[in-house]
Amino acid sequence: MKNIRLSEVRNKIKGLVQKANFELQEDVLKVIKDMEQREESPAGKAVFKQIKDNAQIAQDEKLGLCQDTGLAVFFVELGEDVKLQKEEGLNSLREAITEGMKEGYEEGYLRKSVVEDPLRRKNTGDNTPAYIHWELVPGDTFKVTFIAKGGGAENMSAVNMFAPAAGTEGVEDFVVNTVDQAGSNPCPPIVVGVGVGGNFEYSALLAKKALLRRPLGTHNSDPFYADMEKRLLEKINKLGIGPQGMGGQCTSLAVHVESYPCHIASMPAAVNIQCHSHRVLSFEM
Amino acid sequence: MAEHKIETPVSDEVIEKLKAGDRVYISGYLYTGRDSAHKKLIELVKEGKNLPIEIQGQFIYYVGPTPARPGKPIGSAGPTTSYRMDSFAPTLHKLGLKGTIGKGSRSEEVKEALKKYKAVYLAAVGGAGALISQSIEEAEVVAYPELGPEAIRKVKVKDFPCIVINDMYGGDLYQEGKRKYRRV
Repeated sequence: MKNIRLSEVRNKIKGLVQKANFELQEDVLKVIKDMEQREESPAGKAVFKQIKDNAQIAQDEKLGLCQDTGLAVFFVELGEDVKLQKEEGLNSLREAITEGMKEGYEEGYLRKSVVEDPLRRKNTGDNTPAYIHWELVPGDTFKVTFIAKGGGAENMSAVNMFAPAAGTEGVEDFVVNTVDQAGSNPCPPIVVGVGVGGNFEYSALLAKKALLRRPLGTHNSDPFYADMEKRLLEKINKLGIGPQGMGGQCTSLAVHVESYPCHIASMPAAVNIQCHSHRVLSFEM
Repeated sequence: MAEHKIETPVSDEVIEKLKAGDRVYISGYLYTGRDSAHKKLIELVKEGKNLPIEIQGQFIYYVGPTPARPGKPIGSAGPTTSYRMDSFAPTLHKLGLKGTIGKGSRSEEVKEALKKYKAVYLAAVGGAGALISQSIEEAEVVAYPELGPEAIRKVKVKDFPCIVINDMYGGDLYQEGKRKYRRV
C-alpha cells in the first residue's frame, strides 16, 4: 500500500500546469527544429523562427506560450493499492487536482477560459472545472498527465461512425480531409491524434490519449499502425497548408494513432487536433 | 512581398497599398475583442445605439490575453481563430472599421466586405502570444470588464507584426500559399 498525501498532489498540480504553459518541452522543440530544417517556404521558415523565439520569451518571463492556456485536461492513473491521505481540507482527489489547477492558473497569470454554461456563457473566473479522466490500474502507480487544450485546435476535431467496409482507406481519407478542412484555423504545424475503434465516446477519448504519447513523434508499437502514422503524416504534409496556413510542407509535426476493439457493425474514428504549442506534462508519485 | 509600417487610425490610401502576403508593422492603438464582445457590439448596432469604442479607421485585434503580471501592460496576447467573428465583421466594416487581426480563414461574406468597404484582414502568428506581447506597450479595458479575458481593451502597440491574408482586391494568402505547396 502506498500513501499519497492530497496536499502534495495539489502542490504538484499547481507546478505542473504552470511549467507546461511556460516551457515548450524538449521533445516538441526537437520536432519543431527538425521540421524547420525541411521547410522550404520562406513564410513557413519565418513562422518556425517565431515559434522558437516565443518559446524562449515564455520560459524567461514565465508567460503563457499561448494566451489560450486551455481547458485543463488531466488523465489520472490511480493504482488500486494507493491510499489517498485526506488533509488540509482536501477531502478527495478531485478536490486536490481542482485546487492545484486553480491555484496554478491564478498564481501563474494563466487565462481563465471556461464558461459555466455552454449557452449562457458566463466565465467561471477560475478555470474550473478541471476535466479529469480516471483510470483505475493494478498496483501502486500514481500518475497524472496534464494537457492544456486550447479552443482553436479543439474546435477543428471530428468523430465519424464508419461502416467497417470503409477500411483503412476510409479512415485515412477522413483524417486527411479533417486536417485539410481545418486549414490555418488550428495553428499549424499541428499534432494529430487519431482514435480508431472503441465506440462513439471511446474513439474520441482514444484520439485525445494519442496526443499524450511521448516523446512526440514516437510511433505506435504495432507496425500496422506505425505505418499508418507514417503514411498519414506524409499525406498531410503534402496538403500545402504549411506553418500557420501560409503555405509550406510542414502542416503536421506528428500523427499518433491509437486503436481499440470495436463492435462487429462499427468502425468509429476520431481526430483530435492539437496546435504546435503542444503542452503535455506528467508526474508520478 | 512588400513591408509596410503603418499607424492607426488609417485612411483608405493606406489600405489600398496592402496586398496579400505583405508584412505590416502597426504602431498606434488597436482595440481587442472576440466572441462575447462582438455579440454585444452588434446588439448595439441593431438597436441603433452608439458603440463604446470609436472604430472609424481602426483595427480590431481578436485576442483574449492572459492576465498581466505586475509591472507589465499585458500577458501573453496572440490571435484567436477569426472565423467565429465572421458573422459580425461585415457590419463593423460598414461602420468604418479598416481591419481585423486574427488567424485562420475568413468567409466569403467577410472577403466581399473587405472589397466593398476598403478594409484588410491581417494575421498575427498564432501560438506566439509571449513574443507578440513584446510589441504591446499599454493596455486598458475600455468596455465590458465583466467579460474578463473577453473585455474590450485599447492597446498601444509599437511595430506590431502582422501579415496581410486578405486584401481589398480579393487576394488571399492562405489560398495562394496552399496552391503553391500542394502536392495532391
